[in-house]
Amino acid sequence: MNVLIPSPLHSYTGGARVEAQGNTLSALLADLERRYPGIRFRMVDEQDRIRRHMRVFVNGDQVFDLARALDPADEVVIVQALTGG
Amino acid sequence: MKTLLMVGTRKGAWLFHGDAARRKWRLDGPHFLGHIFNHIVLDPRDRRTLLAAAKTGHLGPTVFRSTDRGRKWKEAARPPAFAKAADGKGRAVDHTFWLTPGHASQPGVWFAGTSPQGLFRSEDGGSTWSPFSSINDDPQYREWMGTVQDGTPDGPKLHSIIVDPRDPARMVFAMSGGGVHESADGGRTFKPLVQGLEVVEGFDRANITFHDPHCIRLCPSNPDRLFQQNHCGIYRLDRPSTEWVRIGKSMPKRVGDVGFPMVVHPRDADTVWVMPMDGGTVWPRTSPDGKPAVYVTRNAGSTWQRQDAGLPEKHAWWTVKRQAMCADSGKPVGLYFGTTSGELWMSSDEGRKWKTIARHLPEIYAVEAAELA
Repeated sequence: MNVLIPSPLHSYTGGARVEAQGNTLSALLADLERRYPGIRFRMVDEQDRIRRHMRVFVNGDQVFDLARALDPADEVVIVQALTGG
Repeated sequence: MKTLLMVGTRKGAWLFHGDAARRKWRLDGPHFLGHIFNHIVLDPRDRRTLLAAAKTGHLGPTVFRSTDRGRKWKEAARPPAFAKAADGKGRAVDHTFWLTPGHASQPGVWFAGTSPQGLFRSEDGGSTWSPFSSINDDPQYREWMGTVQDGTPDGPKLHSIIVDPRDPARMVFAMSGGGVHESADGGRTFKPLVQGLEVVEGFDRANITFHDPHCIRLCPSNPDRLFQQNHCGIYRLDRPSTEWVRIGKSMPKRVGDVGFPMVVHPRDADTVWVMPMDGGTVWPRTSPDGKPAVYVTRNAGSTWQRQDAGLPEKHAWWTVKRQAMCADSGKPVGLYFGTTSGELWMSSDEGRKWKTIARHLPEIYAVEAAELA
């Protein structure tokens, strides 16, 4: 499925739009990690919590649960809320 | 012998390559512009491998590694991270704060201290990291670590990881807050080392949680001697004693003995440098009265001398963070510090005169010096 990657993570992916697979959000993140080593830990901590400024949207709905089921036709958008100075 | 300075800032990493005379410096950077670097350290065992503790304001923490002194970098395959808790409520590393190479007899071994307080170890030169020792999950240590509310403004930290150069089984680390701790069994177990240390008035010094060591250094020329800059003064410990002695009482009263960095002389265990800051009222964390100065003792703390030649005479409201001041091993010793206002200062004569190497960098968090063969 098509995944939109935020600019702070382009150093891993080389661009904004990538293809990745997974029947859950967790599996999708694992596939992204396989393709782009190191990217998952920058988004999700060791307790499997999505990091504070990371937001994941599936077909426009915000998702917090890594167990959320995904369909190959889903569009996943990963956004980083930039705050601070 | 050439000197390499590794400068970690709030907005990236810079390397400064000095000539043999330490007069000219070649700037190399920024590396990873926008990343927050709390520590950058060269492996003294190969003098080529650099480890850099990084995060951004938003992305999770990581460690970058270079085996060619910063020409190319590669991210750690498994950065420091706490064990996953079954209930999902476990702690998560916010940032790696401190890096220490392991003993000379253990190439590839590194230690890392994190915020919130955690101790981690790598056995492969910093590529993969694992929780080290029992302290990360020990109920007593977790109590001593306190909560985020007890820590420094940007999170409680584990720092000053020291490996005794004579014996890798003997280790020391410190926590802000949470006291000083030592191990005699290679880190399998630790116990507090806080006797003689003061705490903020009104708190109970018997409670380890309330101890706030800022920086601890071991004297290379006498590993039985430790110096400490604490939230509550400057101290010295001479083994086999386990009692810290407050040597900051002999500092000028108008300056006080609060600060963050502590620098030891590479060959003279009686000589150390500190950078006092304003720890009065609401803790402005600026130079006292806007007049920055380094103080040196050459008699292990009996007397101190002010060293401010070349530094601003007034209206300089910066200070120096705990790992942002260091010494090289030259003759005479070169001293270096980076300021919260982004200036990199040096002295090539053990603090008698100071000059800037760089200005207008981002806020400096760490400065380390290393000699290259």
